[in-house]
Amino acid sequence: MGSTLFDKVWDAHVVKKIENGPDILFIDRHLVHEVTSPVAFLGLKRRGISVLYPNKTFATADHNTPTKNQHLPVEDPLSANQLAAIEKNAGDYGIPYWGLGHHKNGIVHVIGPENGITVPGATIVCGDSHTSTHGAFGAVAFGIGTSEVEMVLATQCIMQPKPKTMKIEISGSLSFGVTPKDVALYIISQLTTSGATGYFVEYSGKVFEEMSMEGRMTVCNLSIEMGARGGMIAPDEKTISYVEGREFAPNGADWDRALDYWKTLHTDEDATFDKVISFEAADIEPMITFGTNPGMGGSIMSDIPKDFEGSASYKKSLDYMDFKEGESMLNKKVDYVFLGSCTNGRIEDFRAFASIVKGRKKADNVTAWLVPGSHVVEKAIKDEGIFDLLTEAGFEIREPGCSACLAMNDDKIPPGKYAVSTSNRNFEGRQGPQSRTLLASPLVAAAAAVTGKVTDPRTLMQVESLTE
Amino acid sequence: MAYDKFEVLKSSAVPLPIENVDTDQIIPARFLKATERKGFGDNLFRDWRFNSDDTPKADFPLNNPRFSGKILVSGKNFGSGSSREHAVWAIYDYGFRCVVSSFFADIFRNNCLNIGILPVQVSPEFLQSMFKSIDANENTEFEVNLPEQKIINLETNESESFNINPYKKDNMINGFDDIDYLLNLVDDIKVFADKTPI
Repeated sequence: MGSTLFDKVWDAHVVKKIENGPDILFIDRHLVHEVTSPVAFLGLKRRGISVLYPNKTFATADHNTPTKNQHLPVEDPLSANQLAAIEKNAGDYGIPYWGLGHHKNGIVHVIGPENGITVPGATIVCGDSHTSTHGAFGAVAFGIGTSEVEMVLATQCIMQPKPKTMKIEISGSLSFGVTPKDVALYIISQLTTSGATGYFVEYSGKVFEEMSMEGRMTVCNLSIEMGARGGMIAPDEKTISYVEGREFAPNGADWDRALDYWKTLHTDEDATFDKVISFEAADIEPMITFGTNPGMGGSIMSDIPKDFEGSASYKKSLDYMDFKEGESMLNKKVDYVFLGSCTNGRIEDFRAFASIVKGRKKADNVTAWLVPGSHVVEKAIKDEGIFDLLTEAGFEIREPGCSACLAMNDDKIPPGKYAVSTSNRNFEGRQGPQSRTLLASPLVAAAAAVTGKVTDPRTLMQVESLTE
Repeated sequence: MAYDKFEVLKSSAVPLPIENVDTDQIIPARFLKATERKGFGDNLFRDWRFNSDDTPKADFPLNNPRFSGKILVSGKNFGSGSSREHAVWAIYDYGFRCVVSSFFADIFRNNCLNIGILPVQVSPEFLQSMFKSIDANENTEFEVNLPEQKIINLETNESESFNINPYKKDNMINGFDDIDYLLNLVDDIKVFADKTPI
């Protein structure tokens, strides 16, 4: 019997199987950031041991960093202390560190692919649940806790029971105005936030084949939001050409050797999954969430449902949002718009946002924070003229970082305010205490930013195409 | 590095009958700025436990003097969201040693096991009967028996078995840690590393 893509990559990395226990899995690339690593480094010091493979480890600062005046000392003493800790730890153990101000600095899941650290067939971990992003390249990539960060620093291995496999296939092609973010929010709304817990997902079908690498990253990024440890897409020509020539990608003879391996990375025809779920692309419309977890979402055209799983928790959720069952999501007032995060902070996301803004202005009632995922993205925004287009329309473009996605820095949505966000979580208080988050695509976020309310972006796109 | 051993825990329990409790509720991101593992219990469920002026919210179970104990009982899909281990540090630091739910998020479950908190997954029916017992009598004691993989309501004598990976069970009973185990295999790991394809 054949193997799935996931099985092939996982099995190629098993150092040892413990009887009745987890597999010992070798990790090719370990990404480290300032928030989940300091206690892991303390553990190494207590044990008196070193980092086994500093050259397979990469460190950045992204979660707590300010998105304004990055050239100045960080004002918040606790954040500054954490940044000092990672810089010292990286220095002490010989780990490359791209801190604040470094031209390669950015969100860990944006800079991994940008620099060729993320490659097909690799095992990649990071102390961050959105490590699933890297699955877009056909890597087995997943988030870990700090004890496991210490484990990987010390031994380059992790102990994990092998997850079950799930295939999510979507047939057909996406309709006008429907983006990868909508695909992911649609899947999560159908599966709920625990529908894929215990599974590793492979996305397959024409929709994903037609998707750009950045779109695939958005989809795989959100795998964790349905409970899956990770999600992956088989590498193809698009994947290979994205990776080729990037700084840390294999080159020369190593490249040829890697290509031979990557060509084997697809699910065999006779392979079986523990679970298979199928959807039709035609059923997916621009999405928006109305509740306090990413599964509480629906088409932007639809009303807030009257019956929803878990009635007591659902009521609590709607009370938090100050929404009522049966209300329409369209035309709801929007106070803030956040474009950015490891989900939607890449250049294609800024292009999509700018395509709606072109010829329009930011609505006066909206505060908008547009935060590139990295300095590389920031440079592309400037080079392509997007920076000028957006600033002339009244938008502020910040410096790179995780920013308002989790509001560890000053970028907090104020209590009671509504934010249309391209990030990944609408949990209570996620974007600041008492903040209210509506998750959506960059197109929906842009439509909200220029109209000041929840708006179907297709109406703005159609008007534009008619005038052209 | 060893942690506290876990064999049999007898305790009353604190009920939190809410579903999909995510790690941002367990510990909001703004409290993740420490560089050492201490003091996280103070901010456990911070925004559910305290008003914005830091006064306790009287109706939150952790602030209700009726409820106490080393067992936290909560609705399904507990611990979803972020991988932050700070969430389980906060639960441990507050004084809980066991979390009971009808369903746990994956990374959260691993994080619990890695620091010596026992995640006990029970049936939805057993979970409801636990909530009922605690509501009727907040002093209801439960026995969480790891060697026998059993949780017992000592008031009603209702019990249920739970699953745990045998390797992890052995680790918890003995207070062993995965890193000690792996450090003994470093030579094998180096041999493996030399033949990885990328």
